[in-house]
Amino acid sequence: MSLKTTPAVRLEGVRLSFGPTPVLDGVSLTVAEGEVLVLLGASGSGKTTLLRVLAGLEWPSAGRIRIEDVEVDAATTPPRRGRDALRSRTAMVFQQHNLFPHRTVLGNVIEGPVSVQRRSRADAEQEARRLLDRVGLGERADAYPAELSGGQQQRVGIVRALALHPRVLLFDEPTSSLDPELVGEVLTVMSELAAEGWTMIVVTHELGFARAVADSIAFLDGGTIVEHAPSADFFAAPRTDRARRFLARLDGGFHP
Amino acid sequence: MDLSLFLDSLGPIALGAITGTIPLALVSFAFGLVLAVVVALARMSPSRWLRWPARAFISVIRGTPLLVQLFVIFYGLPNLGWTLDAWPSAVIAFTLNVGGYGAETIRAAILSVPRGQWEAAFMIGLGRRQTLTRVILPQAARVSVPPLSNTFISLVKDTSLASMIMVTELFREAQKIAAFTQEFLALYIEAALVYWLICLVLSAAQSRIETRLERHVA
Ligand SMILES: Nc1ncnc2c1ncn2[C@@H]1O[C@H](COP(=O)(O)OP(=O)(O)OP(=O)(O)O)[C@@H](O)[C@H]1O
Ligand SMILES: [Mg+2]
Repeated sequence: MSLKTTPAVRLEGVRLSFGPTPVLDGVSLTVAEGEVLVLLGASGSGKTTLLRVLAGLEWPSAGRIRIEDVEVDAATTPPRRGRDALRSRTAMVFQQHNLFPHRTVLGNVIEGPVSVQRRSRADAEQEARRLLDRVGLGERADAYPAELSGGQQQRVGIVRALALHPRVLLFDEPTSSLDPELVGEVLTVMSELAAEGWTMIVVTHELGFARAVADSIAFLDGGTIVEHAPSADFFAAPRTDRARRFLARLDGGFHP
Repeated sequence: MDLSLFLDSLGPIALGAITGTIPLALVSFAFGLVLAVVVALARMSPSRWLRWPARAFISVIRGTPLLVQLFVIFYGLPNLGWTLDAWPSAVIAFTLNVGGYGAETIRAAILSVPRGQWEAAFMIGLGRRQTLTRVILPQAARVSVPPLSNTFISLVKDTSLASMIMVTELFREAQKIAAFTQEFLALYIEAALVYWLICLVLSAAQSRIETRLERHVA
């Protein structure tokens, strides 16, 4: 943790509204290179929206965002160019995998490298197969997404993101639509990526994963980050009431 | 009914189908599909200068009889100095017709592709055109096979209207023989049977295409 000092991601005063209600209400945040940040927060607190802004899927109404060498400012950068810049530095693993159903596993993984990054097909396939091997799917390269289990689909989603060579990996509840027995295989892959030094921003309700893998936790409430602390500190003693109650609810389960 | 008349007339009627009805339907459908995709995309464009003409086109095509469209093109346009032969007139009318009806089908099919597919395509860096051709349209194609098959089958039957502008096709051949022999019932039933046969073959083809396209879908 102490060596990870170069900020890979910096957000300042990021705002975004859908209609009259602000969804992101001035989010400021830094993530160091190689850091794993877990975003926690109640449903509707803006976690997905924050990831989508970083992925270039939404454009904020105010604020500045820097990801490694690209910097955008909602006030001055044209939205098209700004979204594209953010997109080019990030890759997202979606809650519902969003794999292309008409393409094989291999076809899904090499689409970006070949069609967008103009790498040779042979080169892209070789890397794709190596990555698929690493997540235990080397044998399924020619299968179609519908022929895979949910956990396998999500691992392909991760490989598709890795193949883009992003600077930052974004995960939006990658295990929340999986059967319980499939959650572990996905979290294991994510832990390995964390250990390899990937910069990751992860929305998850898997507190075990957050405790074990996250370097820091950002707790969102009503579109702002009300608490941002090293993971150990956060779990040992959350400073805000909101966070305390949130953890109690998730940890303790059923409270009549 | 006279069986030999039935058999003797089958030759000219089949020839009318092979040289008239079927090529007319195939050519018009091929052009019409291209037009339908273009109109559907225009109809969904963020620019109202594309959206509005597309809507107007669809509305006019669907809101006026095909026979009237055919007459406007073949008998009407010469008043403006544009004289077209019967065949091109028919191809234009049927192409516009498939374009108008197909556009709504294709638009619905594109809208049926989940938003996550657009987002995943954006995520990996595909532009709008690549997203359409590589991700969205292949999936929309699967959804639109049944309704487009219906459009095609309707088109095959609608080509009989081309007999009204003297295009030599299946129904016109039947009419000619019927007028000559005065055996109207026999010849029109025979024509109907040949249309039915063509449509049966098309329905079978549709099922095969659907099975092929359903392969990889959960
Ligand atoms: N496209 C949209 N249009 C309108 N409102 C939206 C849109 N997307 C999100 N919202 C609203 O913004 C708020 C934040 O949504 P967001 O999905 O970011 O929350 P979240 O923290 O990810 O919640 P969850 O834990 O349920 O996934 C919610 O109130 C949601 O209804
Ligand atoms: Mg969410």
